[in-house]
Amino acid sequence: MLKIDSVEKGLVIDHIQAGKAMEIYKYLNLDKLDCSVAIIKNVKSKKLGKKDIIKVENNINMDLTVLGFIDPNITINVIDNDTIIDKIKLELPYEVINVVKCKNPRCITSIEQEIQHKFKLTDKEKKTYRCVYCDTAYE
Amino acid sequence: MLKGRSLIEPMDLSLEELDEILDLASEIVDNPSEYSDVCKGKILATLFYEPSTRTRLSFEAAMLRLGGSIMGFSSADSSSAAKGESVADTIRTIACYADIAAMRHPKEGAPKVASMSTDMPVINGGDGGHQHPTQTLTDLLTIKSLKGKLDNFTIGLCGDLKFGRTVHSLIKALSRYNNIKFVLISPEELRVPEYIREEILIKNGIEFKEVERLESVMEELDVLYMTRVQKERFFNEADYIRLKDSYILNMEKLEVAKKDMIIMHPLPRVNEISVEVDSDPRAAYFKQAKFGMYVRMSLIMKLLGVEK
Repeated sequence: MLKIDSVEKGLVIDHIQAGKAMEIYKYLNLDKLDCSVAIIKNVKSKKLGKKDIIKVENNINMDLTVLGFIDPNITINVIDNDTIIDKIKLELPYEVINVVKCKNPRCITSIEQEIQHKFKLTDKEKKTYRCVYCDTAYE
Repeated sequence: MLKGRSLIEPMDLSLEELDEILDLASEIVDNPSEYSDVCKGKILATLFYEPSTRTRLSFEAAMLRLGGSIMGFSSADSSSAAKGESVADTIRTIACYADIAAMRHPKEGAPKVASMSTDMPVINGGDGGHQHPTQTLTDLLTIKSLKGKLDNFTIGLCGDLKFGRTVHSLIKALSRYNNIKFVLISPEELRVPEYIREEILIKNGIEFKEVERLESVMEELDVLYMTRVQKERFFNEADYIRLKDSYILNMEKLEVAKKDMIIMHPLPRVNEISVEVDSDPRAAYFKQAKFGMYVRMSLIMKLLGVEK
């Protein structure tokens, strides 16, 4: 089995749906980090069958709110001195910017490329996000 | 405080602010001459990216009757949009010249983008099939003036409820008043969008029903709001032709209606209200157009922070 060193200090983003790790890598702008980042694909998982994991070394102060929008089943462990010091619980973010695009062909974002694609949480129970410009729900 | 604000959708206004605008509008209706130069020296820009003679002229008449001046364009072809300029850049430029702007745009959310790009008040004059808040203010002033109240009545909305933005805005605004029952009359293909049904009506526990035939509910209504089936809101011609004549109001259908019901329509009408209905005392749609000008006068004054 492939072995990846454990993280002494950093973040372990676990239970990512198999195949989605690169998307998460992109949304969290991990390419901009100087530290070591490991992407582990298709790890055997009791819960999911298969899963992806991302390990980030040293950096523990990232904005992870977007993960609540992408997949609230993801778990995040904060590691220091080889021990888990915190488990971050994901919540639905109030607003997501430039993560998904509005699909309404009548929306102003469909013709003006420079406008941010912005969605707001309008129904927490149903997890409904709507485009702030045209009110179309993201599905 | 309304001064300096934009109006993008009816829910931007609290009930108190709505009342403030409607009360001033009623005062203007009673004494228009007292307001004839309150906006002297102020300029309204009408930025109309798609044709709408009625709404544009209503805004322009409103500003002119307040003693202000107007400038603008009435189609995208005669603006910098034809050269590919963004809405944000256009509004930033216009803000150098004008004090307030009214914008109509075929794309939904364009006036919102404009309002986010400037400190100048921007009024949404209609964005695609989305929102049309000054039509809503018009409708509210009409109901308030002719029925004497904005609560405890049954309103029937008839025709194109899917693409009809006036209907969406009106439902949102009326949903905040007490004990209003909605009767939604449309073919199945043109029912209100799911977000209006789920997040406005059901979520707020508002009584409503959806029916296909106008005749079946006519006698229940205190207000009947007719809408046009708009050709430009359809993706194909065949659907338009199939549905456009589904809902036509005539004297025969009106026989069972209440004597004090009022008939409203955002205009322009095509054939959904027979001309024979025009002389019936219940027909309120031309008065509604006049109320539209008065309520825009009030709105312009409030957003500019101008007083008598």
